[in-house]
Amino acid sequence: MDDLIADFLTETNESIADLDVALVKLERAPNDKETLSLIFRLMHTIKGTCGFLGLPRLERVAHAAENVLGKVRDGALAATPDTVTLVLSALDRIKLIVAGLAATGNEPAGDDGALVEALNATAAGQVPEEPQPVVEAEPLPEIEDLPTPEVPTSPPVMEAPAPTAAAPVAATPETPPQTEPVAAAQTIRVTVDVLEDLMTLVSELVLTRNQLLQLARSQQDNTGFTVPLQRLSHITSDLQEGVMKTRMQPIGNAWNKLPRLVRDLARETGKKIELVMLGADTELDRQVLELIKDPLTHMVRNSGDHGLETPAERRAAGKSETGRITLNAFHEGGHIIIEISDDGRGLPLDKIRAKALKNGLATEPELAAMGENQLQRFIFRAGFSTATVVTAVSGRGVGMDVVKTNIEKIGGTIDLKSLVGQGTTFTIKIPLTLAIVSALIVEAGTERFAIPQISVVELVRAKKEAGRSHNEAGSEPVIERINDTPVLRLRDRLLPLVNLNDLLALGNSENDDTGAHIVVAQVGANSLGIIVDRVFDTEEIVVKPVAPILRHVNMFSGNTILGDGSVIMILDPNGIARATGIGAGGDAKAISSSAAEALHTTELTAMLLFHAGGVQKLAVPLGLVARLEDIPRDKIEISCGSPVTQYRGKLMPLVAMSDSLDAEKPRQPVLVFNDGDRTMGLMVDEIVDVVEDRLHIELSGARAGMLGSAVINGVATDVIDTGYWLTQAWQDWFHRAPEADTSAPPRHVLIVEDSDFFRQLLTPILGAAGYRVTAASSAAEALRLREAGTLFDVIVSDIAMPDMDGLDFARAVRANGVWSKLPMIALSARADPADIEAGRDAGFTDYVAKFQRDALITSLEQCLAEPIAA
Amino acid sequence: MTTDVLERSVTVDDEEERAFVTLMVANQLCGIPVLGVRDILGSHKITRIPLAPAEIAGSLNLRGRIVTAIDLRRRLRLPPASPDQPRMSVVAEQGGELYALLVDQVSEVMSLKAGSFERNPPTLPPTWAEFSSGIYRLDGALLVVLDVGKLLALSETA
Repeated sequence: MDDLIADFLTETNESIADLDVALVKLERAPNDKETLSLIFRLMHTIKGTCGFLGLPRLERVAHAAENVLGKVRDGALAATPDTVTLVLSALDRIKLIVAGLAATGNEPAGDDGALVEALNATAAGQVPEEPQPVVEAEPLPEIEDLPTPEVPTSPPVMEAPAPTAAAPVAATPETPPQTEPVAAAQTIRVTVDVLEDLMTLVSELVLTRNQLLQLARSQQDNTGFTVPLQRLSHITSDLQEGVMKTRMQPIGNAWNKLPRLVRDLARETGKKIELVMLGADTELDRQVLELIKDPLTHMVRNSGDHGLETPAERRAAGKSETGRITLNAFHEGGHIIIEISDDGRGLPLDKIRAKALKNGLATEPELAAMGENQLQRFIFRAGFSTATVVTAVSGRGVGMDVVKTNIEKIGGTIDLKSLVGQGTTFTIKIPLTLAIVSALIVEAGTERFAIPQISVVELVRAKKEAGRSHNEAGSEPVIERINDTPVLRLRDRLLPLVNLNDLLALGNSENDDTGAHIVVAQVGANSLGIIVDRVFDTEEIVVKPVAPILRHVNMFSGNTILGDGSVIMILDPNGIARATGIGAGGDAKAISSSAAEALHTTELTAMLLFHAGGVQKLAVPLGLVARLEDIPRDKIEISCGSPVTQYRGKLMPLVAMSDSLDAEKPRQPVLVFNDGDRTMGLMVDEIVDVVEDRLHIELSGARAGMLGSAVINGVATDVIDTGYWLTQAWQDWFHRAPEADTSAPPRHVLIVEDSDFFRQLLTPILGAAGYRVTAASSAAEALRLREAGTLFDVIVSDIAMPDMDGLDFARAVRANGVWSKLPMIALSARADPADIEAGRDAGFTDYVAKFQRDALITSLEQCLAEPIAA
Repeated sequence: MTTDVLERSVTVDDEEERAFVTLMVANQLCGIPVLGVRDILGSHKITRIPLAPAEIAGSLNLRGRIVTAIDLRRRLRLPPASPDQPRMSVVAEQGGELYALLVDQVSEVMSLKAGSFERNPPTLPPTWAEFSSGIYRLDGALLVVLDVGKLLALSETA
C-alpha cells in the first residue's frame, strides 16, 4: 500500500474516533463552539487530505458533511439531533469507505448521491425529509456484512432525539474492528519523549557494556563470562541500532516544503528555478533533522534569491535560462553530508570586501591579504548580507551566521565553495545522531582527552625539533618554530600547531621521545594541529554536559565516561581555536592564502570613488574613510555659520567638497573621517563605487585639497588630500600638541616610502604628532642619507618597494653604519603573522599596518621610549 | 536549604537532635547535615580537569554519573594534603548535579542536641566563617557545621 495512504488511514481513523465522540458531545451541548470548531476542523482535514490523495468518493461525502457543519458553525443551522444524525451517517459512510480502502487499497465503488443530496439539502436549510433516501442508498456492494441497520432508525429521531441519536454512535465501534487493523497495526504513535528516554537509557547501556568488555579483557581467567558477555554485547548493539532507527527519518521530510518554496520564489523574483533533490531517503536522527530544517530552508531560499540570476542575465552569460538548485544528501563515514549548490553567479567578492570593510570586520590591508575562500567565509559573520535590496524573501540581515551557529550547535560544520559565474556550493557535515558520538582518545601530560571524530581530519606523526637538519630525515615532517610558535609543513602548507600540554597547562609531559602526534582538526575553514603525546583508540562516547561550575572553561564541550570507567573531558576544537586566536568568530586569517596571491594583491589599494561638483570622479583611499553616511537634509543644521549634523550623540562638522553641491537633494551623502574622538563629514554629490587598483599618483595637485591625479580603473581620477579637508573642519586637526613634553627637541623620523601618496599622507601626520620628518622615496635614497651622515631617531619604512624592498633595506641598515642601532618600524599592507616574523628577522623593531595612524604613533612612542632592542 | 534547617533548629528546644556526617579536614572536626549527603566514597580515581578553578580536584565516576570533586582543603584555603594520604569524599547534590567534597577522613554519623549548638564565634578565621553555619560543642572537641550550599557556590566566588 502506498505510504501516503497508510498514513492517511492512520490519521483518518484517529480523526473518525474523535469525531464520533465530539459529535455526540455536540448534540448534548449544541452551542459548544469549541466542540463545533473541532468537528469542523476534523472533517475539513479529512476532506482536504482525501482531495489531495485523489479519493473522490470520500471527498464528496466529507465535503457535503463539512458544508453542513460549516453552516452550523456559522450559526445558520442549529445543531438539531437530526442534523447531527445526518452528519453521523455521513461519518459512517466515511468509515465504510475508509475500511474498504484499508482492505483493498482502493476506494470501494458505491453511490453516495442520496446521502450527499440530503446533506446538501440540510445545508441549504431545507427541512430534512430526505434522511430516508440516504438509507435506501446504503447497500454497499463490497462490504455487505458491515452493520449499517442502525441508520434506518433515524426517522424517529425527530420525536425521541437523544437515545436514537446515540444509537449509531454506539454502533460505530463495531464497524471498524474488521477492517481497521490493517492500517492500525502498522504504526503506533509514540510521543517523542518516550523515544528520547529510550535513547538515553540505551546510551547508558552502551557505556555499561563497554565497561564490562574492558573489564573482561583485563581479566583473562573469568572465561565463563565471555560468552554471555558477547551475547549481551550483540544484543546491546542491536538494541542501540533499533532505538536509533525509531528516531531516524528520511531527510526528505525536511525537504518537502522546499519545492513549494522554490516555486513561489521563482514567481516572486521572476526567475526560472529548477529544484533537484537527491538522496531524499537518506535517514538521520529526527532531533538533528528538526535542527537543520530551518537552516536548510534558509539556504535554499538564499540560493534562489541571491545565487541564481534572472533569465536575462543567465542568457547573457551563456547559461540556460533555468537556474538549478541541487540538494544532495548522502552518508559518509558516520556523518551525513548535505550539499546545497546552485549554478548561479557565485559570491560577489568585491561586494563582500566592501561590506566587510564597511562593517569594520577587517581592514583594507587585511582584506587584501585574504584568499578567496577566506573572503567568502565572511558571509558567515553576523549581520552580513550582501543583498543590496531587502526583498520579501531574503536580505533581512539574519543570515548565514545564524545558519552556521545552528549547525555548529549540533556538532556540524559548514563550508562553501564558490566560483564567480559558476555557482556556489555549501557543504554541511553533521553527525548522524547527537546522543552517541565517535571520539578519538588522546593523551597529553598523563591525562586523556576525547576529541570528537567529526572535527578530526587526519593524524600526523612528526619529529620534535630535529636540530638544524630539517628535511634531511626524509618522509617524517618536522615541527618547526617561529619565535616559539610551533608550525608544521604539511603538504606545502603551514599548519599552525598548539601544544595541548601548554594550552591546558598540564605541566611537562613525561613523553620525551623525539616524536609527536599531531591531530589535525578542522575548525571552520581553518586547519589546526593539536600536539598530543599519545593517540589511543576511537571510542563511542555519550556526551554529557559539564557541571555548571565548569562551564566557563570553553576548551571542553562536555565530558563522558570511558569503557574503563574513568571520566574523560571532551575537547572542543572550536574552543581551542578561539583560545589560540585562530579563526576567531569564523574569520580565517592564518593560512591558506598562497604567497603568490598575497604578492599580487599587495600593491592594490581599495579606493572609494565619488562625485563632488563637476564631472570629474574623485577618489580617496577607502582605508582613510571611517564610514559612509546618508544624512537626511533636514538633519543638517547651521552652527556658527558652518553646517553641522548630530552624529552619534555629538556635533559633527560638515565640509562641502564643492560650492556647487546640489542643495535640493533630500539626502546628503557624507564621507565620515575620524581621528580619536573627532569626526568630520565631507559632503559629496554621490558615492559611486569602491574599486581596487594600483594607486599611482601621477600629477602633483595644483589645486588645494587635491593630491594629484591617478589612473583608477582606466580613468584619470583626482585623489583628494584628506589632510587638507580635515583641517577645513578642525583648524588644529594636525596641530594638537602631542602629550610628550614639547620642550625637548623634536625627534627626527626618516620615512622611506615609494608611494607619493603615502609619503604625503604620513609627513603631515607625523609632523602634527611632534616629529621632525624627512622623507625618502626609495631605500637607495635613504642609504645615501646615511652615507651623508644624517642622523635620525627612528626609521619608518615601507616593505613593498621597487629595487630594494624594506626587508633588504633593514638588513642593510642593521649590517653596519651609524643607523645600525636605530629602531625601525615596518609599514605594510601585509600584516600576516608570517610577514611580521619576516620583518623581525630582517631587523625591524615593530610592524604596523598601513593606514593605522594611531598604531604608528604608538609604535613610534614605544620605540623611542625604550632602549633599542638589538 | 541546609541553612534553613539549621536556623530552625536553633529556635527549637535544646533536646531536639540533628544528625551529621562527621569528617576531618586538616585535623579539624567538621559536620555536614546527613540529609544533604548522598554518598560516602573511599579513595576514588579522579580525573583532573585542566584550567578549572584550583578548588576543583577533578571529576569522578559514581555509578555512571559524573561527579565533580571539590577539594575541601583548597576550598577552605588550607595546606594541601600529602599526595600519598588516602582521601575520602562526601557526595552532595545541588541543582541536579552531584558534587564530591574531598576530605581527609569521614567518620561516624552523630546525632547532636540543639542545646550544644552555637553560632560562629566572631574570632573564627574568615575562611572558615564563610562556610561554617555554626559550631557544636562536643566532649573534648568542637564540630564545625559546614554549609554545603556555600561550599558549592564556586561560580560566584571563583
